[in-house]
Amino acid sequence: MNVLVCVKQIPDPAVPGELDPETKTLKREGKLILDDSDAYGVEMSLQLAEKAGGGEVTLVSMAPNDEVSGLRTALAMGAAKAILVSDPELQGSDSLATAKVIAKAVERAGDVDLVVTATESTDGYTGTIPAQVAELLGWPSLTFAKHVEIGDGKVTIQRQTEAGYDMVEAPLPAVVSVTAGVVEPRYPSFKGIMAAKNKPVDNAKVADLGLSGDQVGWAGARQEIVSIEAAPERQAGEKIEDEGDAHERIVAFLEQLKVI
Amino acid sequence: MPIGKVWVFAESDEGKASTASLELLTKARELGDTVEAVLVDSSPDAIAPELGEHGAAKVYAADPGTSLTGVMGGAALAKLIEEHKPDLILFDQSYDGRDALARLSAKLDLPTLTNGSAIEVDGDSVTVATAIFGGNTIVKTTFSGPKPFLACFRPKSFAAEAGGGGAGEVVKVEGVDAGRAGEAQVTDHHVEEREGPKLEDAEVVVSGGRGLGSAENYEPLVEELAKLLKGASGASRAIVDAGWVPYAKQVGQTGKTVKPKVYIAIGISGATQHMVGMKGSDNIVAINKDAEAPIFSIADLGVVGDATKVVPKLIEALKAKGG
Ligand SMILES: Cc1cc2nc3c(=O)[nH]c(=O)nc-3n(C[C@H](O)[C@H](O)[C@H](O)COP(=O)(O)OP(=O)(O)OC[C@H]3O[C@@H](n4cnc5c(N)ncnc54)[C@H](O)[C@@H]3O)c2cc1C
Ligand SMILES: Nc1ncnc2c1ncn2[C@@H]1O[C@H](COP(=O)(O)O)[C@@H](O)[C@H]1O
Repeated sequence: MNVLVCVKQIPDPAVPGELDPETKTLKREGKLILDDSDAYGVEMSLQLAEKAGGGEVTLVSMAPNDEVSGLRTALAMGAAKAILVSDPELQGSDSLATAKVIAKAVERAGDVDLVVTATESTDGYTGTIPAQVAELLGWPSLTFAKHVEIGDGKVTIQRQTEAGYDMVEAPLPAVVSVTAGVVEPRYPSFKGIMAAKNKPVDNAKVADLGLSGDQVGWAGARQEIVSIEAAPERQAGEKIEDEGDAHERIVAFLEQLKVI
Repeated sequence: MPIGKVWVFAESDEGKASTASLELLTKARELGDTVEAVLVDSSPDAIAPELGEHGAAKVYAADPGTSLTGVMGGAALAKLIEEHKPDLILFDQSYDGRDALARLSAKLDLPTLTNGSAIEVDGDSVTVATAIFGGNTIVKTTFSGPKPFLACFRPKSFAAEAGGGGAGEVVKVEGVDAGRAGEAQVTDHHVEEREGPKLEDAEVVVSGGRGLGSAENYEPLVEELAKLLKGASGASRAIVDAGWVPYAKQVGQTGKTVKPKVYIAIGISGATQHMVGMKGSDNIVAINKDAEAPIFSIADLGVVGDATKVVPKLIEALKAKGG
């Protein structure tokens, strides 16, 4: 079974984000890392391929400046190869444009049974890309999966709901988005890290995918950022040190608000 | 100046209209000349009256059968848009709302704005505000492409108020075909037990974080206090990821947005991703042993102390008051 897994390479989330005042996009300078959310997708894909007793895990990433450091992490975990789409024309791409790129990359990879994504990226978190990719491919999408199984040519998931979860199944090929924490991502071994250096990365440009420049990037987004402002700050109130009687203050506060 | 026709992709929740749908309809009344809802549900007659009261003059209803609600929603919307030409469609940033929005945008090649927290309409110009960087910064974006504009909002962005409208005429939509996407079938529903009010609807929310020290402390400290205050219990992601409590309790960017009358944060540091989900609360109480914890910067009452000491005393005191 061949699995294609989407991996986003993002700036380190521990570093506070910043907008470029010129382009009004997130600053993506310096080294990018594998989005934590996608580490679950990579692990899930590796496990599914192993269980199916064969087949490959291929990565797809759209990233600026031919960035590969996040891809190398996922290759070191065990993915076989990667498709990297990097092109100045992609700057300013919204989720639909990103989905178009990913869908075309799926076609480029060929012979894919399952596409795995995270439910939402750490820096973009629109959470729409999985179903957009599926729609563009004409495939079923099984989103917000907290458990995934493959068998008899179909995929079965537990789909997170407000009340609990639903069992959902669909024939392959299909797109599945997995929630954080579904599996425990493995740490790349030393051997894995060394092997990753020689694994093939297929570099593709927008034109190679059969997309035109007006379908992606700023032109494709068809929206305009009109302002960026600091949000009104909430003021801190009273801060007290507990000297054994803080609970009384809380009780008084709750009484004043008439919740007790 | 309002825009012409505004639709809300409405959802049900335990057999009733979801709170978020009612919030969106209430806002839609301000934005458009005509407000209608599109609902994908097998028993629309139970839900349409409430949607009507909140502003939906019509409720277009499609039956998902055993297909996924959002997938059928995307297909139903595409079909209806062709016929009725809405100008703006509002979605809830929920599981099914996002699926419907995503499917529709790809089907009709329309851009989307997601994670919205506010919207302004001036004739055909529609601007959506989104909070980024954990709510520190507000970005406003205007649609410049073809209509309908597709916008998706975080729950609790607007207040829900009935507007005295009629019952909402149900218009059945037949023959919706999602193609291969419709082959994803729901074979079973699992409902997790819940006591007390829902997290999103509770007047009081008590949330616990890693500062509780252990999973065993969640029940006697957080749940017990929530129960005494007739509220709901929540959590930070740290303890959801650690497996102490189920994901359904998570408050924050990747969890629920809550705006209760009182939010009590116990042993939670106040990461931006947590605060974005609760800083709209009317009143915030924080208990944390670190006087420098960021949560204190937004707390109306901050208690610097050990939660395992303060909370049991608080529970005692509330019990003594017969609460
Ligand atoms: C993309 C992304 C999305 C995220 N989404 C969410 C989200 O939706 N919700 C969310 O909550 N987080 C989210 N996070 C995680 C977030 O960044 C924090 O890691 C998390 O909120 C921390 O949880 P915490 O406050 O429980 O733990 P910590 O940050 O470890 O804080 C524990 C606190 O407890 C205090 N403490 C310790 N002992 C005691 C004691 N005895 N008594 C009182 N206080 C004590 C400590 O002083 C400390 O302040 C997200 C992160 C990312 C990158
Ligand atoms: N640039 C990208 N390259 C590869 N995968 C992506 C990219 N952007 C988003 N994805 C995938 O789509 C998921 C949802 O992204 P988002 O819609 O941004 O929340 C992510 O978690 C990734 O798995």
